[in-house]
Amino acid sequence: MSAEQSPPNAVPRPARRGALAQSWQRVVAMFVKEFIQLRRDRPTFAMIIGIPLIQLLLFGFAINTDPKHLPTAVLTSDDSPIARAMIGALRATDYFNIKYVARGETDADKLLLSNKAQFIIQIPPDFSRQLVRGEKPGLLLIADASDPVATSGAIAAALGAADQALDRELIGPLASLKQNAPPFEIRIHRRYNPAGETRRNIVPGLIGTILTMTMLIYTALSVTREIERGTMEALLAMPVRPVEIMLGKIAPYVVVGAVQMSTILIVASLLFQVPVVGSLFTLTLLTLLFIVANLSVGYTFSTVAVNQLQAMQMTFFFFLPSMLLSGFLFPFYGMPTWAQYLGEIMPLTHYLRIVRSVTLKGSNFGDLAVDAGALAAFTLVAMSVAVMRFRQTLD
Amino acid sequence: MSVESDIAIDVRGLTKSFGAKKVVDNFTLQVARGNIQGFLGPNGSGKTTTIRMLCGLLTPDSGEGRCLGYDIRRQQEEIKRYVGYMTQGFSLYRDLTIRENLEFVARVYGLEAPEDAAQAALERLGLVARADQLAGELSGGWKQRLSLGACILPGPSLLLLDEPTAGVDPKARRDFWDEIHHLATQGLTVLVSTHYMDEAERCHQIAYIANGRLLASGTIPEIIADAHLSTWVVTGEGLDALSSELKHLPGVDIVARFGSTLHVGGRDEAAMERIARRYGAEGVHRWKRDEPTLEDVFIDLMTRAGPDQ
Repeated sequence: MSAEQSPPNAVPRPARRGALAQSWQRVVAMFVKEFIQLRRDRPTFAMIIGIPLIQLLLFGFAINTDPKHLPTAVLTSDDSPIARAMIGALRATDYFNIKYVARGETDADKLLLSNKAQFIIQIPPDFSRQLVRGEKPGLLLIADASDPVATSGAIAAALGAADQALDRELIGPLASLKQNAPPFEIRIHRRYNPAGETRRNIVPGLIGTILTMTMLIYTALSVTREIERGTMEALLAMPVRPVEIMLGKIAPYVVVGAVQMSTILIVASLLFQVPVVGSLFTLTLLTLLFIVANLSVGYTFSTVAVNQLQAMQMTFFFFLPSMLLSGFLFPFYGMPTWAQYLGEIMPLTHYLRIVRSVTLKGSNFGDLAVDAGALAAFTLVAMSVAVMRFRQTLD
Repeated sequence: MSVESDIAIDVRGLTKSFGAKKVVDNFTLQVARGNIQGFLGPNGSGKTTTIRMLCGLLTPDSGEGRCLGYDIRRQQEEIKRYVGYMTQGFSLYRDLTIRENLEFVARVYGLEAPEDAAQAALERLGLVARADQLAGELSGGWKQRLSLGACILPGPSLLLLDEPTAGVDPKARRDFWDEIHHLATQGLTVLVSTHYMDEAERCHQIAYIANGRLLASGTIPEIIADAHLSTWVVTGEGLDALSSELKHLPGVDIVARFGSTLHVGGRDEAAMERIARRYGAEGVHRWKRDEPTLEDVFIDLMTRAGPDQ
C-alpha cells in the first residue's frame, strides 16, 4: 500500500501521476494557463514585440552624446571679412548652427535664458582693427554650460578651429600675423555652471523624471482599477459626468505631487547644493503645471487601456522616450531633427528647460512662456482625449 | 409631465446585439408606478442587458422607450438622477467604510447635506454600529443591504435591482423583500430580477424572458392561465425512475421534482389525462390533478425556449 492513503472513491477517480510528476505537471498547468491568458490580451501581446523594437530603433538612431549643430547666436557690429571668416570657421566645425543675430547684449542674454541658443559668439566692434594692428583681440564664446556634456565638444572644436580660421584672410601684408599662434584669442565664458559640474544639471532634471514616473502611475491605473474591481458599473449609473470623474481623480494627486516636489527641492538644495537662482514662485507654479500635465497623460492611458497591465505598459512606453528624448540623459540638440520634434511633444522636455533654467540661469516666466504654453496645451489635449475616450456606457 | 405619469417604465421593441448574438430581442414592457415588477429568466437570457438599457448604461440597437417619462436614448442624464440601479455584483468601494461609501453616493447625487443623509441611511439600515467598518469586510447579506441603502439614499423614483438576493440567506432575503414592499407602498416603482419562485410570487407583475425574448408577462394568475398547462402531482415510491420514463413520453411537457412529489404536466389536456389514467391505474403512484404552479409554467417556458444559443 502506498504511503499516501486516498479517501474512498465517491465517483470514479481518474488515475493520477506519481508525486514528482504531479508537481511538475502543476508547473506545466500554470505555464499553459499564463500563456493562454497572455495570448488572449491582444494589445499586450502586440506591445511585447512592439515596444522593444520601436524603442531600439528610436533610441539607436536618436541618441548622440556628442551633439553638433547647436543653436548659436552671433553678437557683433563688426561686419568685416575677417569677422565673417571667423564665424565661417566656427560654422565649419559643424558644432555651431548660427541661427540668430543678437541685437545687443540683453537680446543675447534673452536667447540663452529662453533656451533658444546654447552659444553666443561675441566679436568686439573693433576686432579686425585690433587684429590688423597685432593687438591680439579677444573673441568671446559664451556657452550655456548648465549642461556641460552638451557644450564641451563644441568648446573644444571652437578652440581647434581658431588656429586655421583666418589662414585665407591673412594674406599679403597681413601674412606675418600667421607666424605664431593665432593672432587673436578665444575666451570661453561658461555661464550658469562655471565649474562644469554635471550634478547641477542632473539633479534638477531628476525632479522632472521622478515626477513623470510617479504622477503617470498614480492616474494610469485609476480608471482600469474601477473596471477591474467592478465599481465602474455603479459609478456610470450615477449622475456624474466624465469631466467630473477626471477632475476628481486627478486633483488628489496634484496635492501628492506638490508634496513630492517640495521634498525633492529641499533635499536637492540641502544635499546637492543645487541653487535656485530664479524665482521659487515661478518654479512652483510651472512644476504644478507639469504635474497636472503628467497626471492627465496617465489618466488618458487609463481611459484607453482595458486592464491595469495595459495601462502600466503604456506608462513605460511613454516614460522611456521621455527620459531619453527630452534631454535628460543626452543633449537635446544632439539628436536628429525628427527626434527633436518627437522630444518637443513630451512634457518632460519642456519641464527640463523650465527647471534647469529657473534653478541655474534664473530665467523668469517670460523667458519660459513657450515651454509653459506647451505644457498647458499638452494638458488640454490629454484631458480632451481622456474625456472623449471615457466610455459613458457599457456598449 | 414625466414624474406625474402613472407609467414608470414604458419601452417598446428594445433590441441589443453583442457581435452576432442578439442578447435582447424586441423587448416590450410597461410597469405602472408603485408596482413591483419581477423579472425572471434563465442565466444569460438578457435580463442584465435589458436592465442596463433601462438605466442608460447601454444604448439599444433599436426600439425606444421611457423611464419615468425620460427618453432612454436621449435623457440618460435625467434617468441616472432618478433611477437607483443595484448591480449584480457588489459595486461599492470595498476599501471605503460603510459611512464613506454612503457619503460618496450622497455627494455624487448632489444632496444638500451628504453627511446627514448618510447618517440617516445608516440608521435606517441598522448599520450605525458598523459605520466605520470597511465595506469589503461585510458578509453577503450586509453587503446587499448596504447596496440597497446606497440605491435608496438619493430618493429615486424607480429602482432597478439585478438579482439582489443571489447568495443571500433566507432570513435576509425575507427582510429584503419586506423592505421592497415597504418602498413600493410609498410610491417607488421596483423592477427586480430573480431566480427564486418565492420572490417571484411577491411581485405584482412578472415578466419572463428567455434567449432575449419576452415569453410571458402579467400577474401570476394571468401567466398561469396563459400557459394552458394541465398538471398532476404524483406521490409514491421510485419517483426518479418514473421521472426518467415520463420525460420521453409524447404529450408530457414538464416533469419536475418538488420535494417528495413529482409535477407532471402538458399543454395537451386530453393526452395528459390518458397518461395520468394509465399510470394511475398501475397503482404504484398516486396521481392527483392540481393547478399548475408558477414554477411549472417557467419550467415549461424554459424548455420550450430551448438551450441558450
